[in-house]
Amino acid sequence: MNTICIKCPMGCPLTVEERDGKIIVNGNTCKRGELYGAEEYREPKRAITSLVRTKSGEVASVKTSCDVPKDRIKDVVEFIGGLTVGDGVRIGDVVATDVLGLGADIVITGRRN
Amino acid sequence: MMRNLDFDVVIIGGGPAGMAAALSARANGASVVILERDVRLGGILNQCIHQGFGLHYFGEEMTGPEYADRFRKLVEKEDITVMLESMVLSLDADKRVTVLSPTEGLCRINGKAVVLAMGCRERTAGAIALAGSRPSGIYTAGMAQKICNIDGYLVGKEVVILGSGDIGLIMARRMTTEGAKVKLVIELMPYSSGLKRNIVQCLDDYDIPIKYSHTVTRVEGSPALTGLYYAPVDENRRPILEKEEYISCDTLLLSVGLIPENDLLSGLSVEMSGVTQGAVVDENRMTSLEGVFSCGNVLHVHDLVDNVSREAEIAGKAAAEYAKNGGAKDAEYVSVKATDGVRYALPQRISKGEGKVKIFLRVGDVYKNCKLIAESGGNTLFSRKFMVLAPGEMGSLEIDRSEIEGDVLVRLER
Repeated sequence: MNTICIKCPMGCPLTVEERDGKIIVNGNTCKRGELYGAEEYREPKRAITSLVRTKSGEVASVKTSCDVPKDRIKDVVEFIGGLTVGDGVRIGDVVATDVLGLGADIVITGRRN
Repeated sequence: MMRNLDFDVVIIGGGPAGMAAALSARANGASVVILERDVRLGGILNQCIHQGFGLHYFGEEMTGPEYADRFRKLVEKEDITVMLESMVLSLDADKRVTVLSPTEGLCRINGKAVVLAMGCRERTAGAIALAGSRPSGIYTAGMAQKICNIDGYLVGKEVVILGSGDIGLIMARRMTTEGAKVKLVIELMPYSSGLKRNIVQCLDDYDIPIKYSHTVTRVEGSPALTGLYYAPVDENRRPILEKEEYISCDTLLLSVGLIPENDLLSGLSVEMSGVTQGAVVDENRMTSLEGVFSCGNVLHVHDLVDNVSREAEIAGKAAAEYAKNGGAKDAEYVSVKATDGVRYALPQRISKGEGKVKIFLRVGDVYKNCKLIAESGGNTLFSRKFMVLAPGEMGSLEIDRSEIEGDVLVRLER
């Protein structure tokens, strides 16, 4: 796997491979890069932010309460896109729990007013 | 007759800088008013629904609207007057602010001190002299962000982005998750001006290609955008037209730089920096016009809101002190000069005295294995090696004012 280290502006190009059950990171110039590369290889995760519709047709912004596996981003985004929430939602409200069994809730982060 | 209102500190702009300045001025005993042209406090944070805010200031990662909400609640708890939907029309040298407000009408607000916190504005198609027809479908990235995240409309389906500033990268991901196809990001420079994290998590995660050292040569379509031509650039950043290629699209987003919104200062004798496009300030963020302070993106464009909040606190506190005691009568200043790879250092002047001062800076290019140095007279005030310094990430260094002998020079040693 090839990726870029995001730990500092250096942006080392990383090559990560598994040999005999061991994860080997190449291209990094520091320890942080090695850890990042291994983590990105083992279990890349991302927080997702998006929008939901309110009943009256406005939008409210949402986030996942924790990171979800990178390869499930599309599924989670689709799930969020299918939600409609009440007009009274406020920042911090949980509008869906344990989305797709991934352990993440959907939390309101912002409203127009 | 026009109504007159008096405050110790008048804050122009209710975004992250304005809110933090207001809280800090209030905490230091000043009567404070915030003048905000939008319908609510928070500024551009309200449309930045992505994560990445607050890690340094609050010690937790939050989205833009959450960061704004945290500050908004603090402001609401304090005895701070907030005027919303209020447009400041002018500021004069006696710190009188003319403002148009739906509740007060046209009124004048007299401040003992004024804090400028108006933020910045995006460079537009006109500002970069974009060639071709003038079709619909061309937006600045932040405008598209507002239309999407606040108003709830997607501006297009087939998108090309010019410039790889952070807002452009963020919008590449946002448009993709909303169902649009982002076909290409085009960057004039051989590197991105955005954060590495955004290159990986906004482009690579979604297989969005980026072409460095390329630019848009002309746009096509009438009345709506149908496509554009782009080409690689030579070492002088001029397009090599023989290598021009075409790509169809209905939307072009521009993420080509931000300019501090200092229009209010035109006509005032405030010394400006040609590099930052903001005012020249001292360590208290006071401009050359006594009692007028500047902070946040109207002073210099930041990449982290956390730094904006901290800077605004400095300005707010100093504004409150100025309102109470007037300026320091016998302050002796030295200049802070940026050179040898350092594009600017801020504050641009520091008064002699005691205590530490933090200097913020940006470098002009990507420099690897370099040493950042601050010196004054014969004294080295700061010296540290860096594996890399890049224009996209603001740097900082701290110096001890008691060691200042004369002008402070901030430079790179390569």
